[in-house]
Amino acid sequence: MTKAITPPVPAPAAPEKQKFRLARYQDLALVPVIILLLVIGAVLSPIFLTPANLIAVLTQQSELSLLVLGQAMILIVGKMDLSLESTVGLAPALAVALIIPASAGGLDVGLAAWLALPLCILIGVAIGGLNGFLILKVGLSGFMVTLGMLTMLRGLQLAITEGKSLIDVPESFLYLGSTTWLGLPAAVWICIVCYAAGIFVLKYLRAGRSLYAIGGNSEAARAAGIRVDRVVWTVLIIGSVLAVIAGILMTGRLGSVAATQGEGMIFQVFAAAVIGGISLNGGKGTLFGALSGVLMLGLVEQILRLQGVSGFYIKASYGAVIILALIVTRFATGQKQE
Amino acid sequence: MSEFAAVARGVTKRFGQTLALDDVGIEVRAGESHALVGRNGAGKSTLVSVLTGMQVPDAGEVSFFGEPAPPVADRSAWRRHVACVYQKSTVVPDLSVAENLFINRQDLGGGLINWKRLRLQAAELLETYDVAVRPDALVSTLTVEQRQLVEIARALSIGSRFVILDEPTAQLDGPAIERLFDRMRSLQDKGVTFLFISHHLQEVYEVCQTVTVYRDARHVVTAPVAEMSKPDLIEAMTGEAGGLNVPSGDDRPSSAEEVLTVSSLSGDHFSDISLAATRGEVIGLAGSASSGKHEFAETVYGLRKPSAGSISVDGAAVRGGDVPAALRAGIGCVPRDRHHQGLVLDLSIAENATMSTAGGFVWPSAQRAAGSTAIASYDVKAAGPDQPVSDLSGGNQQKVVMARALAGDPSVLVLINPTAGVDVKSKESLLGVVDAQARRGKAAIVVSDELDDLRVCDRVLVLFHGRVVREFGRGWRDQELISAIEGME
Repeated sequence: MTKAITPPVPAPAAPEKQKFRLARYQDLALVPVIILLLVIGAVLSPIFLTPANLIAVLTQQSELSLLVLGQAMILIVGKMDLSLESTVGLAPALAVALIIPASAGGLDVGLAAWLALPLCILIGVAIGGLNGFLILKVGLSGFMVTLGMLTMLRGLQLAITEGKSLIDVPESFLYLGSTTWLGLPAAVWICIVCYAAGIFVLKYLRAGRSLYAIGGNSEAARAAGIRVDRVVWTVLIIGSVLAVIAGILMTGRLGSVAATQGEGMIFQVFAAAVIGGISLNGGKGTLFGALSGVLMLGLVEQILRLQGVSGFYIKASYGAVIILALIVTRFATGQKQE
Repeated sequence: MSEFAAVARGVTKRFGQTLALDDVGIEVRAGESHALVGRNGAGKSTLVSVLTGMQVPDAGEVSFFGEPAPPVADRSAWRRHVACVYQKSTVVPDLSVAENLFINRQDLGGGLINWKRLRLQAAELLETYDVAVRPDALVSTLTVEQRQLVEIARALSIGSRFVILDEPTAQLDGPAIERLFDRMRSLQDKGVTFLFISHHLQEVYEVCQTVTVYRDARHVVTAPVAEMSKPDLIEAMTGEAGGLNVPSGDDRPSSAEEVLTVSSLSGDHFSDISLAATRGEVIGLAGSASSGKHEFAETVYGLRKPSAGSISVDGAAVRGGDVPAALRAGIGCVPRDRHHQGLVLDLSIAENATMSTAGGFVWPSAQRAAGSTAIASYDVKAAGPDQPVSDLSGGNQQKVVMARALAGDPSVLVLINPTAGVDVKSKESLLGVVDAQARRGKAAIVVSDELDDLRVCDRVLVLFHGRVVREFGRGWRDQELISAIEGME
């Protein structure tokens, strides 16, 4: 059998020059908003447009952006994973605890320190794989399974660490969390690479396009020969692994694993994804859009921080900012959010 | 009281660039069954939404029994004037029949819901209209036929005496359609007026007294059905003289080379079916909805797992229950329901058409070119390959599904209801594709209830309760085939 398309009539001449279509630029809808935020930031604070400040924004958002990358793919394929934020904490905590002695708060297993990174990734694969098994093979509700997993993993981390921070962090984590390559923190490079890979896969690979087909109509995807369960399972695992990488970077940046590492991030993750145009019903949105959502949130937060909003109000203002950002996005893109 | 149940005059409706209705009108006489026919995109659906108050026309007026239509915001007033049974269900599947009948008025005016009374009232209502379902059954457990009857009963119970049936027969099998028509006639005797929309012209002759034809957003003709011959009606719909022009395939070359071999295949709702198709052969599968013909075809394409038997293409066995394996072996499929299995509505024509065949890398330019080719090859009316398929009319959507099935140049085609819900012109064009593919040496299985679809076949197998009971060569007579389908010998 040939793969070529053999039409009964000759192919038409090359399509005429595409007219300007707003829909094709939906991706870029947030770019003007981001530029506007840069201008506002520059007006309000003289140091806002300095490289140091902008790099700080990027670094702060790097961990969130990895979670958003994973969640965006999971949402596009028509599922959601709430447990990502606990994975951020548990994977580094468990890996570290398996390495360090009991005197430092570990489990006294005494694995070699070089195992820290592979171990973390393995834990991520296991969590994503387990979520996928429960959702796809057992047939449980994805929302409830991952909500349960969220609570269980957080509890597991508390049990392992007895609520204490682990400060004896492996060198590899510290290196990734603090080094700079070519003037940018390693964390930022890692994000750039992950996003570039993600954007490429979702645009140019058949496997990536199948995410949209499954999220848009999984029955049609199946009838078109796409192995739906396999793709969804893979996406869930990739999402968990990205959360683990975020956890490693966070651990390295802070130099310890806090018992609450990652707590509360899931709200921002969903906010950035929705602001970035990802539909909660699946099948719609792009990773570039999701990335703009992350950047937009980061800029607004930084503006507030530089304005010296009182610590007691900062949380309330974050909530308000997210709602405000949703409103701005709603009108900037002209689309109702789902 | 006016002699007209519903009158629309000078209605114009524009959606962006597209003129959906261009100064059209309709007059539905009280107590008649009035057919509205036209090709996909003729403006039928838009007129229905104007008549039911879902869309405000840009110009024109609507009245019911001589009263001007209520303001659009007043949904309950509209519901008293007119009811519509859409192709898509408007009942809530996970609620009981009783609750659906009284939806949003479950308290029966009392403020608190009295479930016992609600069930009693529902039972009464169902009995009045002779609908044999239990009031506490969940709507999701009903058949399509029962669900439609519940919707009609609900409409009538609200007080509406004017009911719009939008392609009610599309998902029903023969006997169910007859029962629906009997019911329409008896309700008509009780003074109910129907506006009946269907692609099956035969049904118009069977159940309607007047017919209105729309074409390209304009009103073409309104006449008593008795005065319109079938060719006249088709001419009014298409603007071209002559009836439905389906290739009969009588002169198709035949070949002895076997492509598809199915041996003693058994599975969901069918058992022990063997079949061999040679190059250039088109085999029709007919039978009632419960005959197992859909399940058989879906099993051949790998959408269902067989319980016994084997499928092979060009002598090589195909793994059962595995769509990618079927595609690799060279089987292409138009699935049963384009909305459910055929298309991802938000994605572009190009992406849908290439979904089964894309290689590891998908270059947007190549994909767009393949989309343009599909648009030209299958005569899809569209702005371009980037247009989402949700924008297309039913006939054009179905052509995209056909394009997807043929994209990998398969040697075997499995076509399930390939012309369901498409207009006359699209039907001709789709069946023309089937004929052309057969002439290129492909084998095809056409599963359909529509006799027009089966005319393109070299032979027709009739299934009954999961087994092949009759086989017809070319030149069968409608009556013969229908009685075999109904299980009457």
